[in-house]
Amino acid sequence: MKIAVCVKQVPDTWAEKKLSDSDKTLDRESVDGVMNELDEYAVEEALLIKEANDGEVVAVSMGPDKAEETVRKALQMGADSGIHIVDDSLAGSDSVATAKTLAATLKDQGYDLIIFGSESTDARMSVVPAMVAELLDLPQLTFASKVSVDGDAVTIQRQADYGYDEVQASTPAVISVVEKINEPRYPSFKGIMAAKKKPLESVAAPSGEPVGLASARTEILEFAERPPKAAGVKIEDDGTGGVKVADFLAEQKLI
Amino acid sequence: MRLLERPLPTPEARDLLDLTRQIAAERCDTQTVNRFEGEARFPREVFDVLGETGLLSLPYPEELGGGGQPFEVYLQVIEELAGAWLAVGLGVSVHVLSCFPMVNYGTPEQQAEWLPRMLGGRTVGAYCLSEPDSGSDAAALRTTAASTETGFVVNGAKGWVTHGGVADYYNLMVRTGGPGARGISCLLAPAGTDGLQAARPEQKMGMAASPTATINLDEVELPASALLGEPGEGFRIAMAALDSGRLGIAACAVGVAQAALDVAADYASTRQQFGRSISEFQGIGFLLADMGASIEAARSLLLDAARAKDAGRDFGAAAAAAKLTATQTAMSVTTEAVQILGGVGYTKEFPVERYMREAKVLQIVEGTTQVQRLVLARALTS
Repeated sequence: MKIAVCVKQVPDTWAEKKLSDSDKTLDRESVDGVMNELDEYAVEEALLIKEANDGEVVAVSMGPDKAEETVRKALQMGADSGIHIVDDSLAGSDSVATAKTLAATLKDQGYDLIIFGSESTDARMSVVPAMVAELLDLPQLTFASKVSVDGDAVTIQRQADYGYDEVQASTPAVISVVEKINEPRYPSFKGIMAAKKKPLESVAAPSGEPVGLASARTEILEFAERPPKAAGVKIEDDGTGGVKVADFLAEQKLI
Repeated sequence: MRLLERPLPTPEARDLLDLTRQIAAERCDTQTVNRFEGEARFPREVFDVLGETGLLSLPYPEELGGGGQPFEVYLQVIEELAGAWLAVGLGVSVHVLSCFPMVNYGTPEQQAEWLPRMLGGRTVGAYCLSEPDSGSDAAALRTTAASTETGFVVNGAKGWVTHGGVADYYNLMVRTGGPGARGISCLLAPAGTDGLQAARPEQKMGMAASPTATINLDEVELPASALLGEPGEGFRIAMAALDSGRLGIAACAVGVAQAALDVAADYASTRQQFGRSISEFQGIGFLLADMGASIEAARSLLLDAARAKDAGRDFGAAAAAAKLTATQTAMSVTTEAVQILGGVGYTKEFPVERYMREAKVLQIVEGTTQVQRLVLARALTS
C-alpha cells in the first residue's frame, strides 16, 4: 500500500503570529515553524496503516525552504521518503492554489491513500483535503476519527456533532483525520539518525497552474490587531450567584 | 534564557535536543510534576517514553544497542530533563550509571544476556555502593558475598539506593575478600531475587518522586555469572562509574539552575513595584546577571570535562571540578531565585522552592562537595 501524507509547517501554536504589512500574508520568518499538530496525527495514522498492511509512506509538503524541517520530522517519525514542493512562485498561494499544486504533485503516482490532518492551525479552513480529492477525482473521507482498511475498501468513522457516520470508499481515496484518531508517536533517536539517510526530494511547483499571491481568489483588504481582552464580569455571591452565572451564560447563548 | 547558544556538534544533536524539550514540556509539565512529587510516586511512564525514544542509552556504543552519542550531547539532554524534573533527569543519569559496569566490564556472554534489556529502554537500573555506615568512606563497606559452589551468597544492606524498590536490576558493590578497596567486587542482581528487599523509601526534603531506599540483602543467592569484572575489581569499577556519573549530576545541577534563572528572570521583568518592573532595580538586575554568568561558567566547565572524556583523555579531576562548581552554582542560583520572587517564591505556587530543595541533594549524591574537593586536592598535589 502506497500512502502519501501531506504535512504543513505552521508557526508555533503558542507564538504570537503577525501578518506582514507589505503583502498581508502570514509572516512565517519571524516565528519558529513546527509541524501542524493535526498533521502529526495524519503521519501516525499513515504509519499505523503501513505497519498493518505493509507498503510505504511518503511525506509531502509545500512550503518555503525551512518547511523541509517538517518533512524531515515526518521521516524521523517513520515515513520512508519525502517530497518538498518549494518554489518562490508559490508564496502567498491560497487554498485553491495549494490544492492544485498538491494534486498535480500527487497525481498518477500510484498512491492508494492520501492522508491529511483535517485543518491547519494557521489557516483553519479544512478545505484542502476535499479540494485535492475533487481535483484528483477521488472519493473523500474527511474528519475521520477512525480508519479501517480491508483490501481495497477503506472505512472511516466521520466525526459529527451527534456521534459519527460510517463512510466507505474504495482506494485510491483521500482521508482527513481529527485528533481523536490516535496518539502520535515521538520520533525516536534511532528515527532521527535513520532520517538522515532517507530520500527527501525537492521539487518545483508543477507548471501550468496559476499559483501564488497574484492568483489568489481571496484578498485581504485590511487587518487589525486583536483588541485587548475586555475586563471580565465579576459576580458577587450573595446567595443568588448560581442564578446570576446561569443568566450570564444564557445571555451569551452558551446554555 | 541563555547567554550563549547551546554548543551542539551535529544537526542530529539539535533534533535530539528538540525532541528532549518536547518530551520534557509534554510529559514533565508542572501539573504532572506536582502531582507525582506530592504523592511521592515514581513516574515510570515517563521513563517508558524516554526508553521508547532511545533516550535511556544515549552515551553507549551503537553496536551494543546504545545511541552512540558523545557525552557532550548526552549531558545536555540530561540538563534539559533535569530542568523540567530532577527526578527524571537524575533518574536517567543513574540508569546510565547502572549500565556502566556491564558495558565496560561484562563478558560477551554477560552482555548478550543483559544489554538488550539494559539499553533497550524497557528497564531502569540501580547502583548500590553506599551503606548505612559507609558513605564518603565507601571502601569501608561491609555487605559480604561469600563464595559457594554455584556462585555467591550475599548478606548485608546497601543504603541510599536511587530507584530502590522500582529498579529492574541492582549493581551491588560487596566484599568478597579482605578489608579495604581491594576486597570489593561488583555483582549484578535482578529485582525479585529471593532475599533482596527494598525498605520503605526515605522521606526526603525533595525529589519525592525518585524513591531512595535501603536494599536489604538476606541470604541472596547469585550465580557465578553475576560477577562483573574480576574479583576485587569492584571498587575500581565503582569509582570509574562515578567519574562519569558525576558529570551527569553536574548536568542536572546546571539544568536546575537554568530553570530557576528562567523563572526568576521572567518574574522580575513582569513584577511591578514602585511603578516599574523589579528587574529595573540594579539590586535585582545585577543578581540575575551574576546568576546567568555563573550558570554559563558551570556549563562550560561541564562540557569541557565531557569533551575530554569524549576524546579519551583523563577527565576524573575535571569531572570533580565540574560537579563541585555546578552544584554550588545550583544551590546559590536557586536560593537567589527564591529571594527574587519573595513571598511567592517560598510558596508552591512557583517551582523555585522545589528547585532550591532539589539543588541541595546534588551537593550530596555521587560524592559530596567535600569529596570532590578531596579528589581535586589529591589531583593537584600528586
